Amino acid sequence: MPATFTRHQVETERRDTGYGGKPPVDRRPTGGGGGDENWDSRPSGRRGPREQLIRFRLAMFSGLAGDFVFFAVLVSAFFVRPSSGHISPADTFISDWHPMHAPPILWINTAILLLSTLTMETARRQLFHEIDIMEEWLGLGRPAVRRAAPWLIATIVLGMLFLAGQWIAWKQLGLEGFFFSSNPNSHFFFLVTGTHAFHLFLGLGVLVFALIAMFRFRKVEMRQIALDCAAWYWHAMGLFWVFLFVLIVFFQ
Amino acid sequence: MSFLRRRVFTTNHRQLAILYLLLGLAAVITGTLLSLLIRLHRTWPALALPFYGVLKPEDYLALVTMHGTLMVFFVLTIVPQSAFPNLVLPAQIGATRMAFPRLNAVAFWIALASFLTLLSAFFVPEGAPISGWTSYPPFSALSAAGPGQGAGMDLWLVAITLFCLAAVAGSVNFLVTILTLRCQGMSFRRLPLTVWSWLVSSGLTVIAFSALLAAAAMLLADRHLGTSFFLPSGEVLNGIVQRPGSGSPMLWLHLFWFFGHPEVYISILPGMGLASSLLANFTRRSVPAYGLMVASTLLIGVLGLGVWGHHMFVSGMNPYAGTAFGLTTIAIAVPSSAEVLTWLAMLFRGRLQVTTPLLFTMGFVSFFISGGLTGPILAQPALDAYLHNTFFVVAHFHLVMAMAGVFSVFAGIYYWYPLLTGRRMNEMLGQIHFWISLVAAYGTFFPMHLAGLAGEPRHYAQLSGPVAHFANLIPVERGITWSAFLLAAAQIVFLINLFWSARHGSHVDGNPWRATTLEWSPIVHPIVRSGAYVYGPNTAPGQDFLPQWSTNEPTVRSS
Repeated sequence: MPATFTRHQVETERRDTGYGGKPPVDRRPTGGGGGDENWDSRPSGRRGPREQLIRFRLAMFSGLAGDFVFFAVLVSAFFVRPSSGHISPADTFISDWHPMHAPPILWINTAILLLSTLTMETARRQLFHEIDIMEEWLGLGRPAVRRAAPWLIATIVLGMLFLAGQWIAWKQLGLEGFFFSSNPNSHFFFLVTGTHAFHLFLGLGVLVFALIAMFRFRKVEMRQIALDCAAWYWHAMGLFWVFLFVLIVFFQ
Repeated sequence: MSFLRRRVFTTNHRQLAILYLLLGLAAVITGTLLSLLIRLHRTWPALALPFYGVLKPEDYLALVTMHGTLMVFFVLTIVPQSAFPNLVLPAQIGATRMAFPRLNAVAFWIALASFLTLLSAFFVPEGAPISGWTSYPPFSALSAAGPGQGAGMDLWLVAITLFCLAAVAGSVNFLVTILTLRCQGMSFRRLPLTVWSWLVSSGLTVIAFSALLAAAAMLLADRHLGTSFFLPSGEVLNGIVQRPGSGSPMLWLHLFWFFGHPEVYISILPGMGLASSLLANFTRRSVPAYGLMVASTLLIGVLGLGVWGHHMFVSGMNPYAGTAFGLTTIAIAVPSSAEVLTWLAMLFRGRLQVTTPLLFTMGFVSFFISGGLTGPILAQPALDAYLHNTFFVVAHFHLVMAMAGVFSVFAGIYYWYPLLTGRRMNEMLGQIHFWISLVAAYGTFFPMHLAGLAGEPRHYAQLSGPVAHFANLIPVERGITWSAFLLAAAQIVFLINLFWSARHGSHVDGNPWRATTLEWSPIVHPIVRSGAYVYGPNTAPGQDFLPQWSTNEPTVRSS
């Protein structure tokens, strides 16, 4: 049985029957066992490629949960905006939070990023295509990699387009006189979009690493893990952007 | 080169544990020296230090800031939550390695870089920051606000940023290890309570330290990028109005304490898990309500995310929010009390084997109770209105966090010493260390309750001089100082014991404490058939415990 991943959910640990009480009784008429009975349930403590993938995915999930909290805290500055203001000489409260209108190019950037999410997911699924992976595992070339690589390259290109679009958006705002230091809204806007862009830039690095890994890593499961981790990171960055975009465009 | 790779750039978790312990030792020595300087200055303000002179008030505040930062982060987070898991976590779940050894190693090196960055704040021209370990803006956001608030504060922020990264990296590793590398038969219900506590603490670390990272980034932006997330409008410094203003210092308080409160649970939960384990071991009893203890650990972790406002009752926060936070804080006393009552139940009916680890565990329980009982007092907004920023608060957190935390660290070191060295630490020196430390710790921190009730504020550099309201407390301060020096001196006994026993301690066999948990297992890949705390007369032939690596099925129903 090749050490591959499957798309089916598999148990990672047998249910513990515990101790005390009645012993487990197999009530099946034939008593079970034999043939392809339980061919995909795995004993607890198993350490195979699927378990390796699960470990990396858990690590990505935990790290991304922390990153989500990080972005949530940055966004919290947005939610105290009613308090950002000053008292005028006439003893009235004047808000300093000037609402901004989002440059239309942000819509295009969002579309590009969502498209890149689709291409990324396609690349990921191509690399998990079971028949091709079995051929790779058997050493019969790299069909899965050859299917996935173009989609990954497309994702990288779209990511670079997104960053370029963000840069254009900042430049457009600068031409309107809306700089980083203009007012609290601009502080917030440039900080969150800048942080997100920095994360995306790192994500591009991760994608390029995954691309190289697909051709350089010698174990098929590590190639899959590299691309899978890159994909989940990319999806998370896309999701965070959707939240930020909705906040900036619709909740000023 | 191979020395570097083997000893220094190792990915072996046991060796990383030793490196973390050494880091913690360096931090606690530095932090203790700072605290002794604090005590000296409070008692004899005119004392001139050799090579330095008389401490000015800003120097005193720098001492307080760095003492707090070093102790909270580099002693009370590093040792229980980074050093001890690296030492025994894989073994306790029956694994041979961590899930991500290189990430684990990277976490240590970032933590070390953080420590060195923090210490370097002492050596920049204006010295260390003086805004407290909580670094409230606008004071901490303005470089010109005071000595040490320039380069010193920036170094402090960089150190904290690095520490956040190290903490999250390490915790991701622990989370994945606990969830996926348990050996065959090690179900969640059979996990030792130490592993449960590391699981919850790691989850809290990922959430809390990510929040601190973002807050620190925003503060750095305020300081250097001209933003004003935390700078209010109309802020005047040295006659100059600070622009742009229109931020909110309250935002920092919320963000910092959203981190700060889970941080103290991250520090104390491993100690609580260890206390349960050691009490089971040395009373030869199982943990009476294992499921309840697990539930309490989880509840403390989850509820701990919802109580941060109790640090902010008098900050100008909405009073109704104060009521809400007061309620959640009282709620968290419920699982904590459940744990304490379970420990007391184990002590009352157990056959105590009075060893040094047990003594320090009982000291832990003692400090947890005495420090914890003042928690519900401070949790009432009405009472906190008086007690906030007095020495009552200082007494509370030093007893429940510093002393209890440190006593659980000592218990762990005395307990796991045979695992590392094959020898026991000297029992007589251990008992001397324990008794002097216990008495001196209470002598140091208990009188602070009375000083706080008398109204003595925190952060005053001296009680005599121009402000003389509290001059009648100076004898109390003197007594506290003597106790503090005694406490520090008692630790020398511990250090002597630690290093002497490595060479001359009595040899012991593989399981000197006759424990059930897997770090003492002679089998490398055990199959677990029983719970973590099967102690009692009928558990196994010829002995009063059933280890988790045993090939026998358990005959009694216990966990």
